[in-house]
Amino acid sequence: MSDTATGVSSTTRPPEEIESVPVRHPGRWIATVVILILVAMLVHSLLTNQNFGWGTVADTLFQGSILTGVVHTIELTVLCMVLGIIGGIILAVMRLSPNPILSWISWLYIWFFRGTPLLVQILFWGYIGALFKTVGLGIPFGPEFVTFQTQSLITVFFAAVLGLALNEAAYMAEIVRAGILSIDEGQTEAAQSLGMSGLLTMRRIVLPQAMRVIIPPTGNETISMLKNTSLVSVIAYLDLLYAAQLIYSRNYQTIPVLIAASIWYLFLTSLLTIGQYYIERHYSRGSARELPATPIQRLRALLSGGGTTPAADTATLGHGGGGGQ
Amino acid sequence: MSEELGTVAQARTATTEMVRAERVWKRFGRLEVLKGIDLTVNQAEVMCVIGPSGSGKSTFLRCINHLEQINAGRLWVDGELVGYRERGGRLHELRDREVAAKRREIGMVFQHFNLFPHMTALGNVVEAPVKVNRVPKREAVARGRELLDRVGLGDKFDAYPSQLSGGQKQRVAIARALAMQPKLMLFDEPTSALDPELVGEVLDVMRELARSGMTMIVVTHEIGFAREVGDTLVFMDEGFIVEAGNPREVLANPQHERTKLFLSKVL
Repeated sequence: MSDTATGVSSTTRPPEEIESVPVRHPGRWIATVVILILVAMLVHSLLTNQNFGWGTVADTLFQGSILTGVVHTIELTVLCMVLGIIGGIILAVMRLSPNPILSWISWLYIWFFRGTPLLVQILFWGYIGALFKTVGLGIPFGPEFVTFQTQSLITVFFAAVLGLALNEAAYMAEIVRAGILSIDEGQTEAAQSLGMSGLLTMRRIVLPQAMRVIIPPTGNETISMLKNTSLVSVIAYLDLLYAAQLIYSRNYQTIPVLIAASIWYLFLTSLLTIGQYYIERHYSRGSARELPATPIQRLRALLSGGGTTPAADTATLGHGGGGGQ
Repeated sequence: MSEELGTVAQARTATTEMVRAERVWKRFGRLEVLKGIDLTVNQAEVMCVIGPSGSGKSTFLRCINHLEQINAGRLWVDGELVGYRERGGRLHELRDREVAAKRREIGMVFQHFNLFPHMTALGNVVEAPVKVNRVPKREAVARGRELLDRVGLGDKFDAYPSQLSGGQKQRVAIARALAMQPKLMLFDEPTSALDPELVGEVLDVMRELARSGMTMIVVTHEIGFAREVGDTLVFMDEGFIVEAGNPREVLANPQHERTKLFLSKVL
């Protein structure tokens, strides 16, 4: 049946498989040996250097004040991120608004809060009482109806939240703005042509799509936030780092206690990384033809079937995609 | 105001003006895009607009639902000014909310579909009726399924746009526009971004829609469709209407040199 003269062949058998000599990579072997030696040295030091004080690390890890510090750190991270994201969305929408005053105010805010160090901002809020003795509600330049002592209104916790959240909003604003700008204008036009208002278009059409662009840097921001909460130790709020500082100022075991705190920070950031993976997956709806399996799904498939090879994966993927035609 | 879909004979005899343009002028900065467009489209009429790219056809279409604001002239849809209200001899700009309300009555289909990629086909169709017109979800879904069925996508309710071919996407886009029960449909080169073999399925849907009595303005390069389905054909070039009339006559016997030249290249 085959007719090579016309350039069309109806035989389906491929020609002989290619068997060639693969390229050698001696550099990889050398690098591997060097790295293994360095790792062995590190492990040896970790195990034999008494100054690491692993016993103290283990004792400190679950001490009451450390656990309180962990809870406070988590509270601060969640609260400040939520406020930061809300503030960021508002600032981003203001920045993109056709109203020049709103746009300018947003620009000014971002300029100020990104342009001064976070540590300075936290200290500033911690000592705000020195600037304004009282805070009141009333008519501008007129009589006040209620007046508070700043010292009693702005507690250490409130100052910590203000410092972290106001700063975060400035960074989130730029992330959200980049996300909004990444959405094709045709989406807005389609929504408008259906009679949707600007707000509805933003909420239902633009922001859900912008999420795909917004989520990864927001994950980074959350991890940064978790670590930046340690800065509030300067205004004596009992977060994880401040709890650790209180302990080692008493027992002088500075390094072991700091290691214990670091283990907690690492544990918490690992949790956040896992959470970010699933959130990203959720918002990729509609962009990927078929969502890739999660590590847990892959593990389960491996345990139950045992025969799920990458090739089988591609086969199911191809089937799903083919169904669209 | 009210218009019954499907009562073709009745609609064809009534000659209510759906769109009326008088000396419509539009410029982008120094660029004059529309230089005095005069035309009328009657109810249940299909007008096809052809012309080279940059002739202003798409801009004119976008002016009709106020995606672009005109600089001079007057434009009416169903007897009401587009984008303005006349009071005391002066024009007052409409508020965003009022513009949005007007747009609900005009469906638009885009060259690049502009489907919402994060929603399924049914989600795209149901979104505006539920969120804008406050139709109960159950009712909107039932009607959405009906519409998708009508455009031949009865088996694609739960498919995301990325899982659909170009022709299927454009048919979802048509169903999405129809879900708002518009009295006028605007098509902005609906088949220009499609593979040649997929053009037919979209034109079939549009042909069926025209037959049901929908008023349509179609910017297109499909001369065959214009000849067969169009009641009027408008040839635009450089912001002017060069020639307009019965499609068969204009195509068979163009009066202007510019029209002849253009048709000789596309036919």
